[in-house]
Amino acid sequence: MKKFVALLIVMLLCFGTVAMAAEPVGDPSGANTGTAADVIGVTAGAPSADDMATLGKTEPLAVKLADVVGHNRVALNMVWMLLCGFLVMFMQAGFALAEGGFTRAKNAGHTMAMNFMIYGIGILGYWLCGFAIQMGGVGGIATLGGGTVLNSEFAITLFGKSFGLFGTKGFCLSGETYDAVVFGIFLFQMVFMDTTATIPTGSMAERWTFKSFVVYGFFITAIVYPLYANWVWGAGWLSQLGNNFGLGHGHVDFAGSSVVHMTGGVAALAGAMVLGPRIGKFKADGTPNAIPGHHIPMALTGCFILAFGWFGFNAGSTLAGGDLRMAVVATNTMLASAAGAFASMMYMWIRYGKPDISMIANGFLAGLVAITAPCAFVGSGVAVLIGAIAGVLLCLSVFFVEQKMKVDDPVGAISVHGVNGAWGVLSLGLFADGTYGEGFNGVKGTVKGLFYGDSGQFIAQVIGTLTNIIFVFVVMYVFFKILDKFIPLRVSPEMEIEGLDQSEVGVTAYPEFHLNKTHR
Amino acid sequence: MKQVVAIIKPFKLDELKENLAAIGTYGMTVSEVKGFGRQKGHTEVYRGAEYKVEFIPKIKVEIVVDAASVNKVIETIIKSCNTGKIGDGKIFVLPVESICRIRTGEKDQDAI
Repeated sequence: MKKFVALLIVMLLCFGTVAMAAEPVGDPSGANTGTAADVIGVTAGAPSADDMATLGKTEPLAVKLADVVGHNRVALNMVWMLLCGFLVMFMQAGFALAEGGFTRAKNAGHTMAMNFMIYGIGILGYWLCGFAIQMGGVGGIATLGGGTVLNSEFAITLFGKSFGLFGTKGFCLSGETYDAVVFGIFLFQMVFMDTTATIPTGSMAERWTFKSFVVYGFFITAIVYPLYANWVWGAGWLSQLGNNFGLGHGHVDFAGSSVVHMTGGVAALAGAMVLGPRIGKFKADGTPNAIPGHHIPMALTGCFILAFGWFGFNAGSTLAGGDLRMAVVATNTMLASAAGAFASMMYMWIRYGKPDISMIANGFLAGLVAITAPCAFVGSGVAVLIGAIAGVLLCLSVFFVEQKMKVDDPVGAISVHGVNGAWGVLSLGLFADGTYGEGFNGVKGTVKGLFYGDSGQFIAQVIGTLTNIIFVFVVMYVFFKILDKFIPLRVSPEMEIEGLDQSEVGVTAYPEFHLNKTHR
Repeated sequence: MKQVVAIIKPFKLDELKENLAAIGTYGMTVSEVKGFGRQKGHTEVYRGAEYKVEFIPKIKVEIVVDAASVNKVIETIIKSCNTGKIGDGKIFVLPVESICRIRTGEKDQDAI
């Protein structure tokens, strides 16, 4: 094993190259971003580069106007992206309410505090190095007319092909990355990353020490998420499977079923396994006890806030207010959530005689998670199908995790985000219908799934899914195990029975009420 | 003087209060309580796992009246709170040794 690691390091040093093009400069004010170049070929009737060169000589005013049009196009796209980023930021409130409501009153302050602080920790960790690792080599965002200062990707060469591993530019947004477009990309990518980071606080709720949570917060936001995100969204090796090996358009994940949700869900699984179940969750014979949440209205409000933010998540991922496909994306998103909620409702109703409200809420989110990758590439019928399958898959997964794996996940985070994140990217590989995604990841043509004639696309999705599960699970499991040696992950049994509010965050969520402090 | 303690279904409280006022009782103390009787709670399923609801939410009403009014109060409670279904509750009657109104210091019968 040691030899293997040493060999790997030597290989990295020998074959690793940092691709650097001619040095572009940052544009802190944004005044120089968005020019006539940004109108070339953007619509069916837009001028070509040749048009601009030849006709521009005789029509100098048109060239000047084209400059303004280009700036406005970029500005519209920037406004759309930022607005959607703000919506995604508000999903943090949704997570806090959903997780807080589905856990017990005696831990409500602690659960909310984790969901709150992951925002602060996440921003700082991502600013320090997460953003640079993820986006440092993306090479610019065409719809935003800039970001070309992010031009440095560390890559190794295997089988004669370049494998991008991580970016190396944009640490602390310093130097030439002090640039309006780069700051915009940072905000948008940061709120996505924070969604991942807050997912494990659900599966690990009601027993996790705040100290070790803080260390976890920096680790996942600064290193783990950015690496996988680089491979898919930052021009890294998974996005290049199409260019390098002819597998469709490479691993395609429109808004983050795998990058955001599966990463969070797999980390949630690793954490819940290392942490162990809550006291009283399983009987001596291993059958689970129900531990109902303390505030269902709060949890459901949280789920609605999440669904609202999800419009930013998915429709915003066009990164372009001028891309009308956003309407298809938003509608698919809404349809899948409806189908997910309805399917899980019917499943629970038929199997247990009542429509379990917490499972409906989970099914609603499962539909949203699943449609996040394929939302831009499918029609409405398929969106409903993907959501409905997600709703049933969610129920089966919750029972499997609890009854077979004996893993205690108080809010269903592993099943909602992990399992349905995987289903989302795989469903894209099956159902992408070829109406969108021209030139995606630098591959000619539109994105087509297995059922529309491109089996390579499905293989790319499978590779992306397996990579996520193996990479995130191994890294997070080992991390939690090592961290536990230095800072215990778990509170003492006395504190757990008493509730974590007083001992961990120093204040009780509901001091005006007598709480039924029971271990159940 | 007697204290009448009634454990009733929560949604019957308003009706009971109005009917007691109609027969001239002066006041009452109510509290939210939980408990079980012969039925011993019931089971529910949450996320596929069964759990027992062992304590059912109830309202406890406490009324102090002179001994002569006790029967009328009991009748009113039964009339107001009977649904004929399991879980309608119970009525307890206890002797009261003395009463004192804190503001004026009045005692017993004058303090009811």
